[in-house]
Amino acid sequence: MNATPGLDPVTVWIVIIGMAVGSFALRFVFLGIIGDRPLPPWLLRHLRYTAVAILPALVVPLVVWPAATGGEPDVPRLVAALATVVAGVLTRSVIAGILAGAVTLFALLYLLV
Amino acid sequence: MGRTTSKWHFWKGMRDGAPFILVAAPFGMLFGVLATEAGFKLLETMTFTMSVFAGASQFTALQLMQESAPTIIVLISALAVTLRVAMYSASLAPYLGAAPLWQRACAAYLLVDQSYALSVSRFETHPDMTTSQRMAYFFGTTGLIAPIWYLGSLFGALMGSRIPEAWALDFAMPVAFLAMVAPMLRTLPHLIAALIASIVALLAVGIPFNLGLIVAGFCGMMAGAQAELVMGRRKGQT
Repeated sequence: MNATPGLDPVTVWIVIIGMAVGSFALRFVFLGIIGDRPLPPWLLRHLRYTAVAILPALVVPLVVWPAATGGEPDVPRLVAALATVVAGVLTRSVIAGILAGAVTLFALLYLLV
Repeated sequence: MGRTTSKWHFWKGMRDGAPFILVAAPFGMLFGVLATEAGFKLLETMTFTMSVFAGASQFTALQLMQESAPTIIVLISALAVTLRVAMYSASLAPYLGAAPLWQRACAAYLLVDQSYALSVSRFETHPDMTTSQRMAYFFGTTGLIAPIWYLGSLFGALMGSRIPEAWALDFAMPVAFLAMVAPMLRTLPHLIAALIASIVALLAVGIPFNLGLIVAGFCGMMAGAQAELVMGRRKGQT
């Protein structure tokens, strides 16, 4: 029953320290080094779309192929994602989007499973 | 009253960040559960979650460690998932770059999707904010999320697999991120950027080390910037 995979503590700590250092470096690189030096307009124009490009790119595959179902597309999750986006666009409110998504997901999981 | 004080902006950030408690709590819990199931001890789980403080990449590392991937691959893949924060860092530099170095270092540690998304949209719509007001707002956005994320992880690690699957904790992150993006889709270029990035992300899932995300992000950013140029030109002509 207790089939805990034998993780070597040395490996665990190497990963923890490596990721702590690495992720801080990635976050600090521009904020710390560029400071308030002006950036060229073409670069700023691209940076304006960072959030709206990266966040959907991160989650859309998780919506279409959720890990919880072993990567099988799943109706409650697809509909909940759609409800989140529609509510968020219409109300311009993050909390409305989250609530719409959560309510839809739990309602459909309850009804369908 | 006191709209110019840093304190006011800190509280404003905290209020704007409050809805994300609904996300940070289950998402942190899920991390605690999965880390414990993967064989992490409590101290390891908490050090991991507090020092790295990057949800998606922590999950990636866990996943790969369970698959017994070589340590270097674990690190590269997990950091590739976090590469987006380097772009956030660049995107915030024009707004926060004039702040003292120690503040920028603290801000770097707290730079996550939520603090970035809330801050950048506030700074864009309120161009008259001073650097210290912006910093105060930024710190405010994480004032609740960070402690809740730690506590969520702790609770998850202590509860372990006793948390029922029906809670569907796995879907907290997608819902949260979509809810953050939706209100930002206020212009056609923003919408185009989001659509192109999503389509490329679906096509690029096969690219190893999670680099498909970065490719998709770049494509979306280029599409948005290009759309902005084209629309600006049209406006200029009429």
